[in-house]
Amino acid sequence: MEPDADTSTPGRITRDDVAYVARLARLNLTDSELDGFTGQLADVLEHAADIEALDLDGVAPTSHPLPLANVLRADVPTVGPAEEADHRLFCDEVLAAAPAAEESRFRVPPVLGEAP
Amino acid sequence: MSALSLAASVRSGERSARGIVEEHLAAIADGEGEIHAFNLVTTDAALERADRVDAVVAQGGDPGPLAGVPVALKDNMCTRGVPTTCGSLILDGWRPPYDATVVERLDAAGAVIIGKTNMDEFAMGSSTENSAFGPTLNPRDTTRVPGGSSGGSAAAVAAGFTPLSLGSDTGGSIRQPAALCGVVGVKPTYGAVSRYGLVAFASSLDQIGPFARNVADAALLLEAVAGHDPLDSTSIPVSAPDLLGVLDRGVEGLRVGIIEEISGSGPTGLEGFAPDVQSRLAEAAEALAAAGAVVEKASVPSTVFGLSAYYVIAPAEASSNLARFDGVRFGLRVDAENTVDMNAATRTAGFGDEVKRRIMLGTYALSAGYYDAYYGKSQKVRTLIVEDFARAYQSFDLLLSPTAPTTAFPIGEKVDDPMLMYLNDVCTIPSNLAGHPAMSVPFGVGDDGLPVGVQVLAPANGEPSMFRAAAVLEAAAGGSAGSRHDS
Amino acid sequence: MVLRGHAMTAETASEMDGWEVVIGLEVHAELATATKLFSGARNEFGGEPNTNVDPVSLGLPGSLPVLNEKAVELAIRVGLALNCSVQASEFARKNYFYPDMPKDFQISQFDQPINGEGWLELPDGRRIGIERAHLEEDTGKSTHVGGGGRIHEASYSLVDYNRAGVPLIEIVGKPDLRSGEDARAYVSELRSILVAIGASDGKMEEGSMRVDCNVSVRPVGEDELGTRCEVKNINSLRSLGRAVTYESRRQVDLITSGQKVDQQTRHWNEEDGRTHTLRSKEEAFDYRYFPEPDLVPVAPSAEWIDEIRAAMPLLPGERRKRLAGEAGIQPAAAALTVERGLDDLALAAMDLGADPERVLVHVENNLADGQGALTADAFSALVAMETGGVLTATQAKTVLADLVDSGGDPAAVAATHGFEAMDTSELEGLVDGLIAENPDDWEAFVGGDEGERKKKSGFFVGQIMKATRGQADGRVVNEILERLADGV
Ligand SMILES: [Mg+2]
Ligand SMILES: [Zn+2]
Repeated sequence: MEPDADTSTPGRITRDDVAYVARLARLNLTDSELDGFTGQLADVLEHAADIEALDLDGVAPTSHPLPLANVLRADVPTVGPAEEADHRLFCDEVLAAAPAAEESRFRVPPVLGEAP
Repeated sequence: MSALSLAASVRSGERSARGIVEEHLAAIADGEGEIHAFNLVTTDAALERADRVDAVVAQGGDPGPLAGVPVALKDNMCTRGVPTTCGSLILDGWRPPYDATVVERLDAAGAVIIGKTNMDEFAMGSSTENSAFGPTLNPRDTTRVPGGSSGGSAAAVAAGFTPLSLGSDTGGSIRQPAALCGVVGVKPTYGAVSRYGLVAFASSLDQIGPFARNVADAALLLEAVAGHDPLDSTSIPVSAPDLLGVLDRGVEGLRVGIIEEISGSGPTGLEGFAPDVQSRLAEAAEALAAAGAVVEKASVPSTVFGLSAYYVIAPAEASSNLARFDGVRFGLRVDAENTVDMNAATRTAGFGDEVKRRIMLGTYALSAGYYDAYYGKSQKVRTLIVEDFARAYQSFDLLLSPTAPTTAFPIGEKVDDPMLMYLNDVCTIPSNLAGHPAMSVPFGVGDDGLPVGVQVLAPANGEPSMFRAAAVLEAAAGGSAGSRHDS
Repeated sequence: MVLRGHAMTAETASEMDGWEVVIGLEVHAELATATKLFSGARNEFGGEPNTNVDPVSLGLPGSLPVLNEKAVELAIRVGLALNCSVQASEFARKNYFYPDMPKDFQISQFDQPINGEGWLELPDGRRIGIERAHLEEDTGKSTHVGGGGRIHEASYSLVDYNRAGVPLIEIVGKPDLRSGEDARAYVSELRSILVAIGASDGKMEEGSMRVDCNVSVRPVGEDELGTRCEVKNINSLRSLGRAVTYESRRQVDLITSGQKVDQQTRHWNEEDGRTHTLRSKEEAFDYRYFPEPDLVPVAPSAEWIDEIRAAMPLLPGERRKRLAGEAGIQPAAAALTVERGLDDLALAAMDLGADPERVLVHVENNLADGQGALTADAFSALVAMETGGVLTATQAKTVLADLVDSGGDPAAVAATHGFEAMDTSELEGLVDGLIAENPDDWEAFVGGDEGERKKKSGFFVGQIMKATRGQADGRVVNEILERLADGV
């Protein structure tokens, strides 16, 4: 299930909410963990309730602490002939660190569904 | 011996890098069993590296400003071929195939990486008790926590295992352990030090910074690792600031404001500040005034909302940053029938409780229907904090507060109460939200004999004046406050 | 749910009595950069698995994205070509777990795309609205092992990240298309534009251009949109037409049989010619979009946009209009020539005085493989010989083939084939003889209506051609026939 949309002042986080986000985040929780986390998350969110009272209409959000813009990179490959040998090594290290690999590819159990 | 004098002695050929490294390895061998500052001591690589530094000197070359100086790295900075765990089972045994930019900068400066330090898992915590590899103890009192999340880096410096270390600070994770362990800890301006190769916790807040036993050494290390990096889009496009060159300029004429709201001294501010911590802050303010600074009370009202905004923004970013730990490409995999189950089994086994808590909190804050109420609002509070600081910095060059509300607390005291633990960071979080620099300077001890840290805050790129004030505080602590400062 | 199969052509859908089909397309095209959207790993098709990778495109812990300037430039070109507002933009994270997505989130653009609303003009002059055209990164590629390579029966999968992080432009069209034919025309035009401006190679078969198709139906005259289904896995223009036709018919059948259309994502199956349920709306994902904190906003300056605009080549539509104006035809009739990239050649030949109609006939019928060694000078000289009666159409075709192969002077090439124009009096004699041998056909020609006359003239010209082994000029034969008939 999905949480109710359109909650400007959401109610206390429920056990179902926690089960929903655990599933979204790919975490398995036991029943008792579910209870414990629900209480703890509720405590933190309750503390956050102090900002609910603030009048934030007309305040712009800040997602970047610095006013930087247009940081761009030239379209030039990092690996030229000089870097080729080290790049090979890099690729080998990457595959060696994989939990499972086959034919230079990463092996995973059956995927079940198409990508969204 | 300071890092500065160690480097000078190596560069002049007076001492060998190998000798210095061996000395520190011996200190580690002696005390590490008790403290557990490290997840890994890279003995062989460090000695090899020391020999290479010595070879450069022998050939008449200059290995750089950190010649032969041991540096410990928080275990969330990628080191090629050397395990990097982030204090988590999910990365146990992972050897990154590349180096973080700070690692390359240290190498270019002649430093010797001596090991990877313990930390709260994925930098989530304020006590280093959330490490999958066991807690780090505070070298000043081993019944106490060293603070966190960079507790290993702070403890390694405080214990004399290394003169320098790097930590990362997302909400206070360098400054708070520095305060609790009685060392200098600096969170630079956001973007001053490259994050490339730092395993992300909360991207818009994370900064790498130095730990040292004195202000000059911290400046030395920061100068070596700071400066623009084209591999980090959020890196400030300027070169590293000159800090060592301005350290002795004093604070004559600087305007310094004590932030009422986060020092327990204002009517509308936060509570829970220990009286001894408040006393040291007052003495620090006097010391600055005595050195010619104009010290007054300052108000940055929205700092009181920092904690709330932080505990939405940081988990939200973390929930996304930590998605990649899915058992597919690196690190732990717990096998299962299909990929969805494998992802979940891996993450369930690999992450500790605090990490799970924050991932779920962040996932919730971003999920359909709750975004505006939590994440959206928190971003707006962040704007208020930025604006309040900007207003304060019209009247002041620097701001002052305690680094943490109390001295080091006993191991186990707060570990089961997340909210109580989070309150450790009320003074440090606002600087992360604003992207401003701040540092903790040891200033005497509390009634329990444990170190107290004073936080000096500056506007973006204000490191030079911040370090000047820190140097004055350090000198004052070594003088009048020195009786209480036992290192 | 299983529906009866429909054997349909594109027309039947548009002829579904009383129903209107509404189509909106989302097209993903890989941008023709040398490196990936956020790192210096190579953007190359094929290659040994997991070699065009680096910490960023593998999503390794600690890696950070840095935006490729060329990808932004190409995206702006796309925006300008589609008449979009090119604007300040931001990147966002679209969070979902999937093994071919290295970070388990896709860096895309959400509420602030680089290109806002615009439009694309079809060859027939209709304007199709564009909602937005934004930048995002591609995913890796999975191979499913066992179970015949099908995802659901596979025993495991193998992932290659060579494609992960390749820059994509996602072009979201408005629901302005009304048939499979429309959809094909739109994608075909879009592809021509992308290729013309160098933004993409537009190869649907190699997956560098991918089309997702939103289809709904509604009674004619109804303003409100019906419930839509998104159809994925369309790998060619042909499949696009078929999928739209099938899907719209399926929806009409559902509604007319008293059922309702569920909002679904459906999968086009090329083999059985049907769409199949992939997932329903209830399984919709909660993507938790939020601004990408590792990247900063992109606000292209007016100067940069102007610079890019100034360097833009003529677009296919402009080239069709230019050629059509010169040749005195409708722009749509110039489409094939432009598509083949032969409009410059055709225009040059016309400039040198060649008959436009003959030029276009040759381009369309005889230059399918391009102009080769053919120059505009040789082309116009050849057409002049043909219109001057020196060469027959058949001879001209033969000479043209040689000119394409190895160039040269048309007169000299014609001579090597022994082509010489037949004299008109000689032809008249042949025509007279033919009329005498076929009096009924001649009567039918003389007394018939226009259609009959055309048919019979075809007969006579064909016979003469046979008798002269193609040496005769069909046009001249026709003139003789007309003259003789008028004289009766
Ligand atoms: Mg889409
Ligand atoms: Zn897309």
